[in-house]
Amino acid sequence: MNLFEYVRPASVAEAIAAAGEPNSAYLGAGTNLLDLMKGGALTPARLVDLTHLPDLGSIETLPDGSTRIGALVKNAALAHDTDFAKRFPVVAEALLSGASAQLRNAATVGGNLMQRTRCPYFTDTASACNKRQPGSGCDAIGGENRSHAVLGWSENCIAVHPSDFCVALTALGAIVEIEGTTGRREVPITEFFLLPGDTPEKETVLEAGEMIVAVRLPAEAAKLAANQRYLKVRERTSYAFALASAAAALTIENGAITEARLALGGVAPKPWRASEAEAALVGKAPGKEAFAAAAEAAFAEAKPSGDNAYKIELGKRVVARVLAMAAAGTPERMPALPASAFAPLPEGVVNV
Amino acid sequence: MNLSLTLTINGERREIVLDDPRVTLLDLLRERLHLTGAKKGCDRGQCGACTILVDGERINSCLALAISYDGAAITTIEGLAEGDKLHPVQQAFIEHDGFQCGFCTPGQIMSAVGLIAEGQACDDPERVREAMSGNICRCGAYKGITEAVIDASGKLSAGKERDAA
Repeated sequence: MNLFEYVRPASVAEAIAAAGEPNSAYLGAGTNLLDLMKGGALTPARLVDLTHLPDLGSIETLPDGSTRIGALVKNAALAHDTDFAKRFPVVAEALLSGASAQLRNAATVGGNLMQRTRCPYFTDTASACNKRQPGSGCDAIGGENRSHAVLGWSENCIAVHPSDFCVALTALGAIVEIEGTTGRREVPITEFFLLPGDTPEKETVLEAGEMIVAVRLPAEAAKLAANQRYLKVRERTSYAFALASAAAALTIENGAITEARLALGGVAPKPWRASEAEAALVGKAPGKEAFAAAAEAAFAEAKPSGDNAYKIELGKRVVARVLAMAAAGTPERMPALPASAFAPLPEGVVNV
Repeated sequence: MNLSLTLTINGERREIVLDDPRVTLLDLLRERLHLTGAKKGCDRGQCGACTILVDGERINSCLALAISYDGAAITTIEGLAEGDKLHPVQQAFIEHDGFQCGFCTPGQIMSAVGLIAEGQACDDPERVREAMSGNICRCGAYKGITEAVIDASGKLSAGKERDAA
């Protein structure tokens, strides 16, 4: 790990000023940052430690009914907050399907949004990577790329975004609160993450020094609590990143879907809102036919970026199944294996 | 650069001055304070051998910068037993053969202590395995580990009920 300057600001304003210096990085828990620094993939000259800042660690309901999650709230604390998990069960299930208990106890909400791809060519400093070293090329293209993107990728980068939490936030239309030298601004999470295009090193809309102070879930998202699920297919049942995942939330009235939310993980460079699939579901009776059509719509634009054509079929099956699981209803209790394809299925959910 | 910090380690308050900001909690414990119970397995947050409790919650000490934890209370495997009396989780690991070579054991035990304190259900083996998935055992003592966690959890909650009565 390179030597760095350690700065502990006393306020958000001090933090922003300190992080405005070139080659600075914010430190939350550091569970991803320190890992990347140990491997030499990231070499910040200055770490600005946010963990001692006051007022960024609470979960609150605002007067307009929205829920505001401070950037320093731990992943585990959010998932196990009984009131929060009741109102946003898909978020809790997604959180508990990610990482390990130790990591969830340390990792923060803001840090989850800022975590980097697990593309092995990004972490290996001997490989070409346009994210790590702009213009150096992409060794994932033509390399070992079975875990890479089938949606939204470019000729410069085919890496996927690793988060589960952000997939659920994307389905529910979360807002990211950002503070910088020019004040506070709010960005919908669907616009917060950028596609790689010609600048894969630019992953979010954050400018130098800007920091995430909170993530907000709008009041209407809580209305979907009765029918929400997250499903994540991975190479082992626990403590693994998604090959393909999906978060679904439905409102079902008088035998028809009146509102649908769907986002995909593990298949694109950013958490992927599947708007066409959502539109295809509205007005339909919940069932195999509607879910299969939504799955087709979700992956209509998908293209393999290498040895990963299987992800398109896998992704469709994940979508169809998570919709069936959501239609069956949010379980009373968090399943023993959150978001697992190996968990017992609700009644009526078969062969999808 | 102010690199002094205060930690309460196994109940004892320690004033520490670091000469380098890169020191992790794991390296601080092992290399500077000679508390070698927490093990350095992968050093990248993947194996769980370095698990300790920070303010009562289990974390990977290898991915924690010591300087950032100024003011925290830390419990390591060395702080569990009371003299010769083992902690119920330590005792359960012995009774259920929850280890073979022992390298991952301090991390497994600290993780189990953290898990039981989290108050999530520890009676169902599937839930215990899921909650312990951040601790790898290359000897494959998982069966004994799962039984030990369930047993210790039951004894600890029975103890709590006794104390409350």
